[in-house]
Amino acid sequence: MITRDGDKGKMLTRRAAMLAGSQLFLSSILLGRMYYLQVLESDRYKTLAEENRISTRLLAPPRGLIFDRFGQPMAQNNQNFRVLVISEQTEGNLNATLDALNKILPLTDGEIQRIRKDVRRSRDFTPVTIRENLTWEQMAAIQLNAPDLPGIIIDEGLSRHYPFNESAAHIVGYVGAVSEEEIAAGKPLLRLPGFRVGKSGIELQYNTALCGKEGAQRVEVNAVGRVIREIERDEGVPGTTLPLTIDMRIQEVAYKKMKNESGAAVLLDIYTGEVLALVSTPSFDPNKFNRGLTPDEWKELSSNERNPLLNKALGGLYSPGSTFKMIVALAALEAGVIRPDTKIFCGGHIMMGAHRFHCWKPAGHGNVDLKEALMHSCDIYFYEVARRTGIDKISAMAKRFGFGMPTGIDLPGEKSGLMPTRRWKELILGEQWLQGDTYNTGIGQGYVLATPIQLAVMTAILANDGYKVKPTLVVPDDRSPSECKGEYLNIPKNYLQMMRDGMFEVVNNPKGTAKTARLNVDGKMIAGKTGTTQVKRISMKEREQGMRRQDEIPWEERNHALFVSFGPTDNPRYALAVVVEHGGGGSTSAAPIARAIMEAALKFDPAAKTPKTFKKNAEKL
Amino acid sequence: MADFSSFRLRNANMTLKERFMRLSWCYIFLICMVALTGFVVLYAAANGGWNPWASRQFSRFWLGFAIMLAVAMIDLRFWLKYAYVFYVGALILLFIVEFFGHDAMGAQRWLNLGFIKVQPSELMKIALILALSRYFHGSSLQEMMTMSSIVIPSFMVLLPVALVLKQPDLGTAVLMGAGSLSLFFLVGVQMWKFAALGVAGLVSIPIGWRFLHDYQKERVFTFLDPERDPLGKGYHILQSKITLGSGGVFGKGFLQGTQSRLNFLPEKQTDFIFTVLAEEFGLVGSVSLLLLYLALIFYGYVIAFRSSSFFGRLLALGLTMNLFLYVFINIAMVMGLLPVVGVPLPMISYGGTVMLTLMFSFGLIECVNVNRDVQIGRRGAYDD
Repeated sequence: MITRDGDKGKMLTRRAAMLAGSQLFLSSILLGRMYYLQVLESDRYKTLAEENRISTRLLAPPRGLIFDRFGQPMAQNNQNFRVLVISEQTEGNLNATLDALNKILPLTDGEIQRIRKDVRRSRDFTPVTIRENLTWEQMAAIQLNAPDLPGIIIDEGLSRHYPFNESAAHIVGYVGAVSEEEIAAGKPLLRLPGFRVGKSGIELQYNTALCGKEGAQRVEVNAVGRVIREIERDEGVPGTTLPLTIDMRIQEVAYKKMKNESGAAVLLDIYTGEVLALVSTPSFDPNKFNRGLTPDEWKELSSNERNPLLNKALGGLYSPGSTFKMIVALAALEAGVIRPDTKIFCGGHIMMGAHRFHCWKPAGHGNVDLKEALMHSCDIYFYEVARRTGIDKISAMAKRFGFGMPTGIDLPGEKSGLMPTRRWKELILGEQWLQGDTYNTGIGQGYVLATPIQLAVMTAILANDGYKVKPTLVVPDDRSPSECKGEYLNIPKNYLQMMRDGMFEVVNNPKGTAKTARLNVDGKMIAGKTGTTQVKRISMKEREQGMRRQDEIPWEERNHALFVSFGPTDNPRYALAVVVEHGGGGSTSAAPIARAIMEAALKFDPAAKTPKTFKKNAEKL
Repeated sequence: MADFSSFRLRNANMTLKERFMRLSWCYIFLICMVALTGFVVLYAAANGGWNPWASRQFSRFWLGFAIMLAVAMIDLRFWLKYAYVFYVGALILLFIVEFFGHDAMGAQRWLNLGFIKVQPSELMKIALILALSRYFHGSSLQEMMTMSSIVIPSFMVLLPVALVLKQPDLGTAVLMGAGSLSLFFLVGVQMWKFAALGVAGLVSIPIGWRFLHDYQKERVFTFLDPERDPLGKGYHILQSKITLGSGGVFGKGFLQGTQSRLNFLPEKQTDFIFTVLAEEFGLVGSVSLLLLYLALIFYGYVIAFRSSSFFGRLLALGLTMNLFLYVFINIAMVMGLLPVVGVPLPMISYGGTVMLTLMFSFGLIECVNVNRDVQIGRRGAYDD
């Protein structure tokens, strides 16, 4: 019995040792696991713990303001109440929340669709904008019903406002919601609800500077996402304030004169290239874009035959017509094929082979010299001069004035126009350059196409004695005084003086084609040149039946009216180009508009005040 | 004098003072160290506050301390004699909780007696070890190697395990089952029987699976792949590992644990309390605590083999094994080595019944130590 109990004790000891051994083994597994988690994998878990703890929230910087030359606000940020929805807080039923909201704030089907789309593409906890610009009453009604609207929040934000509505629309442009492509490619800032980016004009061109740099708020959050404390806050950099060179007083005069027409007007400082006014009509209200266009409004804007969305000052292409004659004359003078006193007979038409080229005045101008030819805008004179000069030299001169290439203005959507050459015609059209083409080019018709801003630049170069001009709306702070006067184009100054003299006669001589533009502001006068370009070829039959008056034919068949001008004549400072689509004649429709704009320019004399500069380098963007 | 004293001891007629002097103060010191760690960690878990956990745990500890001393002062033969009574009592309470239990966390585990909530499954852990120790004390090695003699103890184990599983409390069932198995192992049940049980267990897994509650199945799935639902079912174990791992070698510092301070671990004061320690004191803290537990376990073995009675040895070993299982399952669970089964960390996790029953079991181990020289015959329980 004792022995047996002894065996029992031995067994217990042996088994207890085995048990202790296995416990040691299991404990060493625990130790190994501790080492793995707290030493080997520690960095990974530290990162995860920080990610748990820290939440970064973006802060949208206020968009930069846009002012005119004299500090008039052209784009500003207004307080705005908006209603947002956070889908994860809707108690899992977005539709119920939207239905409940619909009773207080009626939503259109389009809005509901857009909200659903936005909710789908954003994360559950990101707020999605339902509507902006709530009235105070709407906001109060939503606040009152807040308990029935889970996930709905009211947010006070800033919305873009353009106080000048239509009159400066093509300059400032507008902002709009961020597109999906922009979100895919862009910065996280773009994902903020209701964030707006520039879509056209200055808003688009200087979008980066205007947006500023996003701020960030790093907060410590607990397990349910409630903010415990703010760790750090970076306010970001507010958007840069942009002072433009525009003088809104002149801009408004120009818009008022142009708004019933379709066309464009550009007023430049001839030395600095600063754009003082830039109008394209018909215009649109940029505030509506920010608010969101209704389908009807969009249809109206996009299908309008007068194309309100196109900035015609940069993107409209027109034959320069008679405004091109100065270029032809300068090319001829430089080539030595005419002298100022060379007289050419105008009998109303000229034969070129079997073709008959008509002067605008069927009776003809008789013997005309250079000044008279400009004053009367005699076509026969310039046909002959162009024939003597040849297309190569005319093209070369035109290119020195910037035809056929973009002026480089700091606005999007600029077209380069077209200055034809022999090579161009052979390459693009595959045809030989004909003498008739040279004739047509001589009066600014045919293939040559220019934008209004190119015509303004040409006029500025004529007026500033031959220095290159680059139009600009924003003056960078690093612009040196020498840049105010561009590179000298090497055109003899006495020839340019002859052009200016001719243009003076056009306006101020009783026999000039633009008597209607004659102006005298405290002794300051203007000079100019009309242009009338055919939209439709005049048939022989029509010519025989006698020319119909422009206001008798349909609008879209009427001639384009152009007028380029500079002033004051004794000490030029301003250059202007006006194009009125289907306006009839340069002298009848474009010249009076140009007169009003030049009058405002001479009266207000904005060039006397240097505009504020844009501190481009101050911001690290 | 020495002979006289040994005679008296053999007769277990020690005075209270003599019993007190024979307590293992070293063992008590280790217990106090673990308890102290518990107060510190619960203080940290409340973001540096005595309330609501540390203060109540503190008073429970002292209540438990009194119980421990009282249990240690009682003659070991008393425990031998009434082992089955305790067992039956605990079994009745388990039945009662089945019908009148107080609902907590979706599981019926509590018996509300008005002034105290009793968790009979905790009592059963001790009662079962007592009862098995008594049973094996009374049987010979040869008997234990027969199949018939292990039928009765097997039923003694299966009955409470089934009741606890039904509650459902997988953690306690695992503790009881594993603890009992280790007693069967200690008394010399042949290895091949364990192997056979293992095979039977594997075969019955697909059957047993069907009896598991959905949330228990989820826990197993979550254990197998915690990252499959990081914000849902896997949240606990993922956050637990982040909390542990982010502590690094030296920890984030006392009261500096971001994970616990910002509540990334719900119910951190109970089963996941180890992570709070590991986050704030790092590897140094977690290894220190584990070593402290191992010291306590080692001392349990020392006390067991000082004992001259088979009952005493088995009781001390069984209770020590129980402590080890608590420690191992809890720490393995929070480190993602085992599924989350709901086993607290002894003396540190916040909880009244667990604290009191643990102190009760330490009292029994001390009792074994006090009565180390008392020899009890196979039929010792029936001596008087």
